Amino acid sequence: MPFGNTHNKLKLNYPAEEEYPDLSQHNNHMAKVLTPEMYAKLRDKETSSGFTLDDVIQTGVDNPGHPFIMTVGCVAGDEETYEVFKDLLDPVIEDRHGGYKPSDKHKTDLNPENLKGGDDLDPKYVLSSRVRTGRSIRGFCLPPHCSRGERRAIENLSIESLDALEGDLKGKYYALKNMLEEEQQQLIDDHFLFDKPVSPLLLASGMARDWPDGRGIWHNDNKTFLVWVNEEDHLRVISMQTGGNMREVFNRFCTGLAKIEALFKERSHEFMWNEHLGYVLTCPSNLGTGLRAGVHVKLPNLSKHDKFGKILKNLRLQKRGTGGVDTAAVGGVFDISNADRLGFSEVELVQMVVDGVKLLVDMEKRLEGGDSIDDLMPEQKQ
Amino acid sequence: MANSFTRMISGRNPAVLLAVGAGSLGSGYLLTDSSSAAAAEKKRLYPPSADFPDLRKHNNCMASALTPGIYARLRDKTTPNDWTVDQCIQTGVDNPGHPFIKTVGMVAGDEESYEVFAELFDPVIKDRHNGYDPRTMKHPTDLDASKVTSGMFDERYVLSSRVRTGRSIRGLSLPPACTRSERREVERVVVTALSGLKGDLAGRYYSLGEMSDREQQQLIDEHFLFDKPVSPLLTAAGMARDWPDARGIWHNNEKNFLIWINEEDHTRVISMEKGGNMKRVFERFCRGLKQVEHLIQERGWEFMWNDRLGYILTCPSNLGTGLRAGVHIRLPLLSRDPRFKKILDNLRLQRRGTGGVDTAATGDTFDISNLDRLGKSEVELVQLVIDGVNYLVECEKRLERGQDIKIPSPISQFRK
Repeated sequence: MPFGNTHNKLKLNYPAEEEYPDLSQHNNHMAKVLTPEMYAKLRDKETSSGFTLDDVIQTGVDNPGHPFIMTVGCVAGDEETYEVFKDLLDPVIEDRHGGYKPSDKHKTDLNPENLKGGDDLDPKYVLSSRVRTGRSIRGFCLPPHCSRGERRAIENLSIESLDALEGDLKGKYYALKNMLEEEQQQLIDDHFLFDKPVSPLLLASGMARDWPDGRGIWHNDNKTFLVWVNEEDHLRVISMQTGGNMREVFNRFCTGLAKIEALFKERSHEFMWNEHLGYVLTCPSNLGTGLRAGVHVKLPNLSKHDKFGKILKNLRLQKRGTGGVDTAAVGGVFDISNADRLGFSEVELVQMVVDGVKLLVDMEKRLEGGDSIDDLMPEQKQ
Repeated sequence: MANSFTRMISGRNPAVLLAVGAGSLGSGYLLTDSSSAAAAEKKRLYPPSADFPDLRKHNNCMASALTPGIYARLRDKTTPNDWTVDQCIQTGVDNPGHPFIKTVGMVAGDEESYEVFAELFDPVIKDRHNGYDPRTMKHPTDLDASKVTSGMFDERYVLSSRVRTGRSIRGLSLPPACTRSERREVERVVVTALSGLKGDLAGRYYSLGEMSDREQQQLIDEHFLFDKPVSPLLTAAGMARDWPDARGIWHNNEKNFLIWINEEDHTRVISMEKGGNMKRVFERFCRGLKQVEHLIQERGWEFMWNDRLGYILTCPSNLGTGLRAGVHIRLPLLSRDPRFKKILDNLRLQRRGTGGVDTAATGDTFDISNLDRLGKSEVELVQLVIDGVNYLVECEKRLERGQDIKIPSPISQFRK
């Protein structure tokens, strides 16, 4: 449907090398993988909803590289994208997800009982804990490609299902287009709402079309369980609270997700999932669990240590600024989360974060006291 | 080369060209079966009313003109290049209103857009161009610079003079829609033609991709180069795709004749110089344009033009002449006079900041140019600017002397 590259047949009048994008300045996963030959092979294909190769890669062509993080540079327009363009997406997935092969199977485990510990991260350092994932509703096109009608249908379906949640999950939906500016800014400052779409990564892929139509946020009365509707994915599901009780956060996360899935099934809809890619989302980086479990944590001393990067890498953790993926850290406070999404289960990833952050805080305390942390250095986790 | 002649001889007939790609087309055709089933199902599930955009907070020409009925009739149509009305209006849906200027809110993806989606383009054109009706009226083209009089301004007030227009290459899609090949072809066609310019028009091409950041900033500061594409009006219309591929600027050695390639239009042609000699600026403009046209015709290409809409450009606001003739002018007293706006309105002039359409004025210096583009010829519009600017300078001088000024009677246009 509507985005700029859909008149694919016209392009076929020109030879592939004439259409091949100039990726010489580029540093993203797509640019590393897309050869002229691969482009020639895939360019006449489209999914049944009309999503084409150029639609997949446009964001990567328009955004040569991100300052803080190596971007993927491609998106899916529907579930079928991952099949039709597997020649491109399989190597991108392999590169992004630590060698995950086309034949590999992904394990889903959303049983919070399987998590060990996680309720005692020191709140003097760990300011807040959060787990998020995404879900796509099978049968609909994804945000880069969906029509206004589809997007609204997704919104309506989500509101209907979420309105049926009860107990501590009971809450309310706030459509973006009806929200007042102050309400909206408050939610952004609370770290609840998503960015106004200024990120060129989102804009170039067509995800910001028709903003704010069909977009909104649902949250429970305590503001500890939130769902974003129609931002970068159909749904982003978030559990969060201040302090270091990641266990409680993950508990609520799993319970909430299971309830939401049941409510959708009652309405004859299921989530996009398969045993190879796990949960299917817009960006290949979020496949598998789509899970990012993280904390805002004070590490003013450790972050200045010259081994900080290596420590994080060994723990399979990633750092970001506290404003989200497009920001830098402020005042020694970092957003630390799992680097992986695919090939590990939800429980395994949250366990990595819980264990890893515990170690980081121990290291920070040592450095505060002027002591060495050499004996605490972690091995590379596999 | 062969391609362009084939295209010229056979028109835009895709059958001739498709024979070349028969093999690859085979697999595409098979997929088209399942995709047409999916498309039919989608139409059933989502009638036009489900897709009609929410325009309640919008203030642009498209939002004023688009009714559910029009949308319903146009949604499932496509131009021969598969361009749709949703693609035309996306920029207007995504950009409810511009602070300084009522935006058009839609673009064309190709020459045929203006026909296939005429039911929407025509009222937008009428709204934007003072009642001009493309169904019944004809647009005059006149690039004879010798007809213009009094074209030398008082340089104590007028700092620079400039005339710009756009031209599109017939047969290639416009910037919102064009593929990378088409965009590169536009670049090739135009740059080849420009290399044939001689004398005071001889110059060279600077591809944006190969320019250093410093060269680029220099050209922006001299008001020669176009903006890096951050304007949401342009990005939402898809015109910034693949930036900076096949974009560039050509200019002559004197830097008073410039061509922008593949920004908002295939080409923007600009004649400018410091000071107040608008007559000379326009003379060079017309001469250069005619030579460029001749050079592309030698290679079998032509500009998009018809007698109803004049020169066809991406934005409906630039149809007709596509011409903006203007000056940077200091009007410290007049600009503070409450009658300033009315005087400009009656003279059919528009003011902008000196950074271009998306900027506010700094200090007392304004960019003053013609409001109209369609329904009057190039000569008429430039004369209108000359007469208008001379009037503004007169007002400023009178105010300096403590004399009163008059609001001029409005210049006639066709009935709304």
